[in-house]
Amino acid sequence: MQKDGKQINILAIETSCDETAAAVVTNGKIIRSSIVSSQVKLHEAYGGVVPEIASRAHIEKIYPVVQEVLNQANMTKDEIDAIAIANQPGLTVALIVGVTAAKTLAFAWGKPLIAINHIHAHMQAALLEHHEIQLPAAALVVSGGHTSIYDCHDPLAPKLLGHTIDDAAGEAFDKVASMLKLPYPGGPSIEKAAKTGNGKAIRFPRTMLDKDSLNFSFSGIKTAVLYHCQGQDMKGQSLVDKMTSQQIADIAASFQAAVIEVLVKKTKRAVKKTNAKTVLLGGGVAANSQLRQQLQQMCDNQKPAVKLLIAPKKYCTDNAVMVASLAYYKYVKNMFADLALEPKATG
Amino acid sequence: MTILAVAMEFNIVTTSTAETIELGRKFGQQLKGGEIICLIGTLGSGKTHLIKGIADGAGADKSETNVNSPTFVLVNEYQGRFDIYHIDAYRFESIEEFEQIGFDDFCYRNSVVLIEWADKIMPALNQQDCIVIKLEHKGQNERSFHFKNISSDITL
Repeated sequence: MQKDGKQINILAIETSCDETAAAVVTNGKIIRSSIVSSQVKLHEAYGGVVPEIASRAHIEKIYPVVQEVLNQANMTKDEIDAIAIANQPGLTVALIVGVTAAKTLAFAWGKPLIAINHIHAHMQAALLEHHEIQLPAAALVVSGGHTSIYDCHDPLAPKLLGHTIDDAAGEAFDKVASMLKLPYPGGPSIEKAAKTGNGKAIRFPRTMLDKDSLNFSFSGIKTAVLYHCQGQDMKGQSLVDKMTSQQIADIAASFQAAVIEVLVKKTKRAVKKTNAKTVLLGGGVAANSQLRQQLQQMCDNQKPAVKLLIAPKKYCTDNAVMVASLAYYKYVKNMFADLALEPKATG
Repeated sequence: MTILAVAMEFNIVTTSTAETIELGRKFGQQLKGGEIICLIGTLGSGKTHLIKGIADGAGADKSETNVNSPTFVLVNEYQGRFDIYHIDAYRFESIEEFEQIGFDDFCYRNSVVLIEWADKIMPALNQQDCIVIKLEHKGQNERSFHFKNISSDITL
């Protein structure tokens, strides 16, 4: 949909955790430019890229990142129709940098401001390459910081159905990778190691919680892998150094199988509960091929079959494209924020 | 004459996650505000579950489900009788990173600050009067909790 046939260009900023990101997206789909600070080398004049978890790091990167997305989009401020910002949830000191920058640009350039929920934007990433979606949809967002299921009867007002009560799935991947002495980031490392392993070698626990619960718990499996690697009494050295690569592959595969089984079963519960016709998958763990395959199988087996839309791998982890894309749909409905917008840690 | 509260030490063993949460709840109920609580213990030793209890004891809403691990997001905030800041230092690679998440802003009369993996950032806390809880695995379900520097009127 285009307003008066006009192209709507949205400049979006994302600073909710580690990444300083910006993007320019037209009509919610056409990606003009996208920068995620950890994935590029900014010009030396701006001091290069120092991966750092800090407000200061965002402050140093925000201007060059915004300037660079405009350059790469070959646009000036006059061609930008609105500024979008992920203002929640996240780390307050990180969010505040993006929110302040977005408000400043909106004020100085006289553009409307659009506030976006970071997790809702992860769901939107699943729609980037699709033009139609059959509603209602159930959405699974699964990353290092979040594991949540939503009911999307109204795509602009998703309703949270369940979330992790302890560790996020991506966090469990990272911590198990560190137990197995596999390199960071843990998600891709576990997936790679699991390829040559037997997923049925070890029966790790599948925590489903109550019969109808759509919440998740992954601390039990993390501890189960720990005891498997460390010996049941937790005394003495980790056994990992003495394990063969096959044994490590079997642990990785069995762990991955258990986590994915829980994610798929809970998504199936959500599909039944919401009568979903579509499932959306986003977040860093959505890059896992096994999760993609098994979720696809589950969706195909529903009667009638449910359509699965998955975020492109590039846009699974934190980025600003997903923020700009969702902002377009708020733009056409005139859902603007005012300049008193504040960051919010929760939400 | 002022009677100063005597700092005490306790050692307690729990045999299930439910008991760990209950221990945290009892402790959380007796907090007065202004405490900085450092949790030191390896993976799976019960830090997040103890904090679920502490937050619940301090009046945070739906702590059993809403309190989760901030490993990736770094800080969770809950609202109870106090403003509760739940920090996870697991991913920090330097003291500076810890200081820059706004730690100083979290410490005030009506806040409680809980820090998982506090051993990674201890030098940043040397000017602070912290409660330290050391957690250890004793078996598949048993965990031991060693509380240091808690005020003498607290019973657990």
